Amino acid sequence: MLENIQATVEAWPFLAQGLWVTIQLTVLGSALALVLAIILGLMAGAQHKALAVPGRIIIEFFRGTSLVVQLFFIFFVLPQFGVDLPGMVVGVLALGLNYGAYAAEVVRGSIASVPRGQWEATTALSMSPVHRMRRVIFPQAWALMIPSLASLMVHLLKGTAIVSVILLQDFTFHLDQLRRVTDTTWAYAVVGLVGYFVLALVLTLVMNALEARAKHRLGRGPSLREILSPTPTSKDNLSTAGSAI
Amino acid sequence: MPTPTDTAAAPIIEFRDVEKRFGDNVVLKDLDFHVNRGERVTLIGPSGSGKTTILRLVMTLEEATDGLILIDGDPLTHRIVDGKRVRLSNREIKRTRTRIGMVFQQFNLFPNMTVIQNITESPIHVLGQSKAEATRRAKDLLHQVGLDDKADAHPSSLSGGQQQRVAIARALAMDPEILLLDEVTSALDPEIVGEVLGILRRIAETTDITMLIVTHEMQFARDVSDRVLMFDGGSIVEDADPDTMFTAPSHERTRKFLKAVLGEGQIGTR
Repeated sequence: MLENIQATVEAWPFLAQGLWVTIQLTVLGSALALVLAIILGLMAGAQHKALAVPGRIIIEFFRGTSLVVQLFFIFFVLPQFGVDLPGMVVGVLALGLNYGAYAAEVVRGSIASVPRGQWEATTALSMSPVHRMRRVIFPQAWALMIPSLASLMVHLLKGTAIVSVILLQDFTFHLDQLRRVTDTTWAYAVVGLVGYFVLALVLTLVMNALEARAKHRLGRGPSLREILSPTPTSKDNLSTAGSAI
Repeated sequence: MPTPTDTAAAPIIEFRDVEKRFGDNVVLKDLDFHVNRGERVTLIGPSGSGKTTILRLVMTLEEATDGLILIDGDPLTHRIVDGKRVRLSNREIKRTRTRIGMVFQQFNLFPNMTVIQNITESPIHVLGQSKAEATRRAKDLLHQVGLDDKADAHPSSLSGGQQQRVAIARALAMDPEILLLDEVTSALDPEIVGEVLGILRRIAETTDITMLIVTHEMQFARDVSDRVLMFDGGSIVEDADPDTMFTAPSHERTRKFLKAVLGEGQIGTR
């Protein structure tokens, strides 16, 4: 036990490096996934077949092929056609494309579930399709899509582990190094479990905060400040406190 | 501003042989009617008779499957070219659409905007008004609907009646020539219906906006309408001034409907 802890402390600089690679993959991969999700989601939900059909095909293609295969394809096959990308770029690209395709369905579904009356009101007010999406529909769909996007992001975080197959030295790679000097149980079940869990927890907390903010903007639920403050400071409480004095 | 000669010239809304079907279900068939500029016309009839569909066609929320709708003599969504019915471009449709406003049964305020943003959004971004100009006008309209203090409130903090009053202000902020009112009090608590109808009565008295109204509030229909159209099964059964319609309807179908809505013995009491 003591030896394990000592070995872990000694390996910490490497583990931290690995964590940093995992964090970069998660953040950049999620950012790419989100951008693709919005583009593909809007395309797939569009009225025009010229947009909807390609959107649909791209989504189904990247959802339907496995992440490992995509990773191998970009890392091993593309170089043969002269496209040689650094490991980090390959990782971000594969994660972004794969999870972006999943998230695109979330985006499309959330937009479609904004009540019909909202769309009709924008028509009655002569808004253009772009104006309508940007100012009315998307802000409402955003609040609906965050919970699903959050769970996809946690999936993506865990998906980053497979980039070690293309020799990227992420957290999982360094866990494997640690396993050589400690044992499997310690490296994976303790250090690995805790490491990934903490990352996922931080991610979930951030997404929960985003969701609360989005809902507050729609007039549903308290503001972020009210949630985070240790003592309730909402207007209602202040006014009752004031009237009591 | 309309003058008597305008009124005589072209009707502001004209339906010519309009048909609307959803699949095999024919909602409106060979419908012909017109509304003159400044006129207040109420559509009554049993549910499913096509009244709301007519408003939705005028607002371009639906498109007719046959026939023509003209707004001030201009085609709304389709025109006839060489004997063929052709859809207008979206740009052309939008140009006519900005002359028309609508208030919905479910208010449909935008929950991601404050009351004042709801009202100024389209005047600024569609009509190109300055923010100051649009805000001034919005505050004036909020005053008219009795909600001066709610400018920065969120729709979710308002009662149904207040939300509907904001929705009325929002529609009027676009300065429509035609205002469509689709069962605007049906979703409200009975004691709140009066405040909304009161505001609409005042708008009817103080402006010359053309109004096309679908309502179950027969007293309101009687008070504000110049003309009442009785619908059944997608066509007009009776077209009369409100006094005639409510006191001495000439068709059996109208009598039956009014009896059911107003109760026995109500027809002819006024």
